[in-house]
Amino acid sequence: MAIHPEQPARRRTGRNRRVLAAVVAVLLAIALAACGGGPDKAAASKITVTYKQTGGNPVYEQFLGAAKAEFERANPGITVNLQPITATDSDYLTRLQLQMRSPRTSPDLVYEDTFQINSDIEAGYLRPLDDQLNAWPDWHQFSDTAKGAGKALDGKTYGVPDGTDTRGIWFNKEIFAKAGLPTDWQPKTWDDVLSAARTIKAKVPGVIPFNVYSGKAVGEAASIQGFEMLLYGTGDTLYDLPARKWVLGSKGFIESLQFVKTVFSEQLGPTPQQALDPNWQYKVGQQLLPKAELAIDLDGSWISHYWRPTDAAPWPRWSTVLGTAAMPTQTGQAPGRVSMSGGWTWAIPKNAANPDKAWEFIKLISDRQHHVTWDIANTQIPVRTDVASDPSYLAANPTNAFFSSLVPVTHYRPAYALYPRISSEIQVATESVMTGTADVASAARTYDDRVKAIAGDAVMTAAGS
Amino acid sequence: MSSVEAGISGVGLRRDTHRDPAALTPLRGLPLAPAVVLLAVFLLGPILYCIWSAFTDMALTGASGTNFVGFANFIRAFSSAEFGQSVLYTVFFTVVSAIIGQNVLGMALALLMRAGNRVVRAVVSAVVIGAWVIPEVVAGYLWSAFLGTDGSLNHLLAAIGLPVQNLLYTTPILAVSIANIWRGTAFSMLVYSAALSEVPKDIEEAAVVDGAGTWRTLVSITLPMVRRSIATNLMLITLQTLSVFGLIWTMTKGGPSNKSETLPLYAYQQAFQFSQLGYGTALALVLLLVGGVFSVIYLRTLQPRDQP
Repeated sequence: MAIHPEQPARRRTGRNRRVLAAVVAVLLAIALAACGGGPDKAAASKITVTYKQTGGNPVYEQFLGAAKAEFERANPGITVNLQPITATDSDYLTRLQLQMRSPRTSPDLVYEDTFQINSDIEAGYLRPLDDQLNAWPDWHQFSDTAKGAGKALDGKTYGVPDGTDTRGIWFNKEIFAKAGLPTDWQPKTWDDVLSAARTIKAKVPGVIPFNVYSGKAVGEAASIQGFEMLLYGTGDTLYDLPARKWVLGSKGFIESLQFVKTVFSEQLGPTPQQALDPNWQYKVGQQLLPKAELAIDLDGSWISHYWRPTDAAPWPRWSTVLGTAAMPTQTGQAPGRVSMSGGWTWAIPKNAANPDKAWEFIKLISDRQHHVTWDIANTQIPVRTDVASDPSYLAANPTNAFFSSLVPVTHYRPAYALYPRISSEIQVATESVMTGTADVASAARTYDDRVKAIAGDAVMTAAGS
Repeated sequence: MSSVEAGISGVGLRRDTHRDPAALTPLRGLPLAPAVVLLAVFLLGPILYCIWSAFTDMALTGASGTNFVGFANFIRAFSSAEFGQSVLYTVFFTVVSAIIGQNVLGMALALLMRAGNRVVRAVVSAVVIGAWVIPEVVAGYLWSAFLGTDGSLNHLLAAIGLPVQNLLYTTPILAVSIANIWRGTAFSMLVYSAALSEVPKDIEEAAVVDGAGTWRTLVSITLPMVRRSIATNLMLITLQTLSVFGLIWTMTKGGPSNKSETLPLYAYQQAFQFSQLGYGTALALVLLLVGGVFSVIYLRTLQPRDQP
């Protein structure tokens, strides 16, 4: 649609054109240089810390604000520049990656989800911390699983975890009493869970018996809180670590999908439509559980933070109304209980201008006292053994002891570079069985095909199938 | 870049004067240089970078290098069922909400307002333009609250004894199309109101005197006279609608089961949720092509035959 003005018939000479081109080139170079800028002169006296700020949640700001004041007192002349990114989890990671790509915008210290850290390591955004960690006496206090949270396939460690989480069953004891079920319930097998849900459906109408996150709308929750809590209880796995291949066609995968199908087809769960609401997680935590409209919820260790007096849905009675139980393995096979873990780490970008001071800051916020404060404030499961047994931590929240006790049976996700896409395929598979658009076998086949397309050669067929 | 061309031709004209051209041309070109540089850096640069990255495997994370992969991204797109589906949803969304909905409704409102009195005109335009001025995200929330299973529409339907609807779950693409019609009609209405006010009254009156009815006058006289405005309006609303992201994202996030995932949402998901910038950019280029196809169709079909 460009409108071309009438061109004069005369031609420019080559010389004129060269002169014009030269002028343009010079100006372009000046402009680019101006955009570029040199290294920040003030870098040596400043560390920039980037972290995630969700909504009105004040805990990060309070915790890091106090740490900043403390650090600046101990290191005169150094300024800690706290640079929160207010965004949802996935947008936060995207913006963080964009910042880390360039030395001009890279922070000195970043808050990295274990979900993404391996991917960012492969992209070359982070620097290994092994030398510093070996010289740091506190590192021995970190549990072995926690030490693995920031460890890459190359065997080096790139992140220091600040806490973790576990997953298990929350159930409403008052609804259980009405249905004639024990209020100190601990299911031994998947069938125990299903039969409790069936009893509730029969005896307490108007209540959703059981919530297991499924479908794409809730995103990663459908994978880690839902499907993987089932799969890792069957003895099968998503990823074969020694072989470094994604596992396809396992019996456990199919049986986990079958479990999801049973929950939705027998109407033991929410309707597919409810479960596919993008805000479903918040509805569960902030409405259904407090209003006693949901009996059993397979969910994260942190959800009690919604109910604190200062938070979204204050509910003083939660600790008397709700009970907790570990998610059982499929048939009760050893170790009998299963849990999945995620969590966040502190890491130093490759492009950091001031990595040494950033490491000093990590040491400060990762010592025992800071971890106690942090784990209590953010409802975290401790990664330091001395914090896990700290009386003030155990007293802070009635469920802290229970969810910490799941650490020995917990699994980390195979959060390698392809995991976000594989996880999305898991969500698709659960969604197609919950809505009934595909049966279990064809949903599993679709998953296998798509993972093959994503991972290429890095797939293997499960043994015995 | 027409200013650049104009500038260059200006330089060419200078050759006829008696002064020394070599001494003058750089100076003559100099005032244009900042504009040229700004255009190159902020418009041309990103466009070229975007085209280049569509042919690479650039990733936000997960890989450290960027390699040229030729047409691999496009081959992958055209052999993917999900992509084909999202093209269909994009075309459906554009045809239903822009070409049919906004366009026809905008014209109807403009025609009716011409006939209405001043008060009616003021009230109608205030309401319609109000919907247009509301930020996209707010409009998205309003509509998901209105259409949700517990939403106002279902309360209304139940109150008068009609069966309730469930559009956001059963046919989400229709739900977002309706929301987009609601939001975008004002633009077409304004364009058409302006165009219709330019149609000379005496020609229409002459048609009526010759015995043409209202419909006949509209089809044979009024619409042909605003033909160019229709073409321009169609072009603009099509390009706007093709790239709608915020409204759909707030209402459905492309779901459930990807049943409202148009190309912008699919590209966003691939580029930023799965971190594949190269593939995402290739999808954005395809979107550009789809827009180009629509534009060519409009230019061809709505070109006045009696062009001066």
